[in-house]
Amino acid sequence: MSEKKLVCVSCPMGCELTVVLEGKEVVSVSGNRCPRGEEYARAEAVEPRRVLMTLVRVEGGMDRVVSVKTDRPIPLRLFPKAMERVRELSVKAPVTIGTVVEKDFLTTGANLIATRFAR
Amino acid sequence: MRVYAVDVLVIGAGAAGMAAAAAAAREGARTVLLERGERLGGVLEQCIHPGFGLHRYREELTGPEFAHRLRGELEDSGADVLTGITALEVFPDGPKVKAVSPRGLKAFSPKAVVWAAGARERPFGALRIPGTRPAGIFTAGLAQRLLDLEGFLPGKRAVILGSGDIGLIMARRLHLEGVEVAAVLEIQPFPGGLTRNVVQCLHDFGIPLLLSHTVAEVHGRERLTGITAVRVDEHRRPIPGTERHIEADTLILSVGLIPEVRPIEGLVALDPVNRGPRVNGWLQTEAPWLFAAGNCVAVFDLVDTVAELGERAGAAAARYAVGELPAGKKVPLVRGENVTALVPSYLDGAAEGARIYLRVPRPLEGVTVDLGGVVRRPVRVARPAEMIGITLDGDALSELSRREEIVVEVKRSG
Repeated sequence: MSEKKLVCVSCPMGCELTVVLEGKEVVSVSGNRCPRGEEYARAEAVEPRRVLMTLVRVEGGMDRVVSVKTDRPIPLRLFPKAMERVRELSVKAPVTIGTVVEKDFLTTGANLIATRFAR
Repeated sequence: MRVYAVDVLVIGAGAAGMAAAAAAAREGARTVLLERGERLGGVLEQCIHPGFGLHRYREELTGPEFAHRLRGELEDSGADVLTGITALEVFPDGPKVKAVSPRGLKAFSPKAVVWAAGARERPFGALRIPGTRPAGIFTAGLAQRLLDLEGFLPGKRAVILGSGDIGLIMARRLHLEGVEVAAVLEIQPFPGGLTRNVVQCLHDFGIPLLLSHTVAEVHGRERLTGITAVRVDEHRRPIPGTERHIEADTLILSVGLIPEVRPIEGLVALDPVNRGPRVNGWLQTEAPWLFAAGNCVAVFDLVDTVAELGERAGAAAARYAVGELPAGKKVPLVRGENVTALVPSYLDGAAEGARIYLRVPRPLEGVTVDLGGVVRRPVRVARPAEMIGITLDGDALSELSRREEIVVEVKRSG
């Protein structure tokens, strides 16, 4: 059995949660003051997911970079690998907001999309 | 010099200004929006992280995506937009606004003005930190602009002073882009930003947060080579013997924002804590033709709030321009216990739909926000990073507007 300490971000209370894990199974959650805390802890303790936001190089334009994000959260543990992949990518100017820069990014099911225009 | 006559002139095309211009134009006012830069959207364009728009659009957008939505609303509204033009002076007679663009001086004679110039970052010089004055010291917003708008890394190893949300967000952005973030220093004994950002910007990447710490000295001749970090006591005085050297070529400052009021500060009274103009429930300043919205009034947490206030100011300015803005008796709001930022500064019974925004000076649990004994709102946890917003219903507003003053305070419940 292992224990994980987390701070709940579901609301401003910021409860300090303790999650007891048996391998990848959540055995118990304590420290939460509402059911949302337990839900948060269960997802967060096993596989935290985040939206990745970064920049992709723009070629042949006035802007050097365009901002991108994954269109849904991806596992946080993939972030280092994701940043390596992002550094290999580039897009040709002009770029329109919403353009898919890479489909099924790192086979996560999430697309990497441009979040602004680049000239 | 040609003078352009308009109903409503909005200055600044960030979230507040775009929302104000769109709202004024929708009310039927001939509206012109002035922007000194080339892009519309203000600071949103460089805030590439998600977390914007949950209130306004019921979805989580990045800054540039939020700006894009607002630009769409602005375009649909029919307001005229001029970019690359800076408002230099605002004259109360007329009123008149003088502005400069690469094509020369222009003057506007509006019936109402909405000031929406945002805030400026507190600079390094204001901190009076001893040591050398090398390259490599950036305010957080400048570093963000360099990195996320222009695509340049500010350095290789950074220390961040200040744990406000911008500092936390920059810690994550720098880390992801390959800049080593040695530490985030916070002079207060609690983080300045949202818990969510402490978790998702620092904990996620193992970036240390040193509470009750500040920078005692900066080192380096041409380029920064490091800083001396020091622990502080409860009065923010450095504790001798706790100094330690941290190697860094980059120091990022996230030490506060100050409302931009330069061209209007002689015209209207400012609130000493908010540092922006005193406004009423319509966001109208003490000069009745001058409205103000967004971070130039007080520094807000959420762009959703800024856009909402922009809309309110724009619509009110349009009504003022045609002589249809109702005015009642001005009742001042007075700070009681545990209130720092407070908007508006006055209420009157005519300001239907007014919201009151306030901030507490330190984290407080189990408290009640009390507005003149008329409205009491319990709050389980109040934190300085999160403004409290209270909407007044018609009964509360008419009751409060009969007072001589309204004391706003945050007290322990019970």
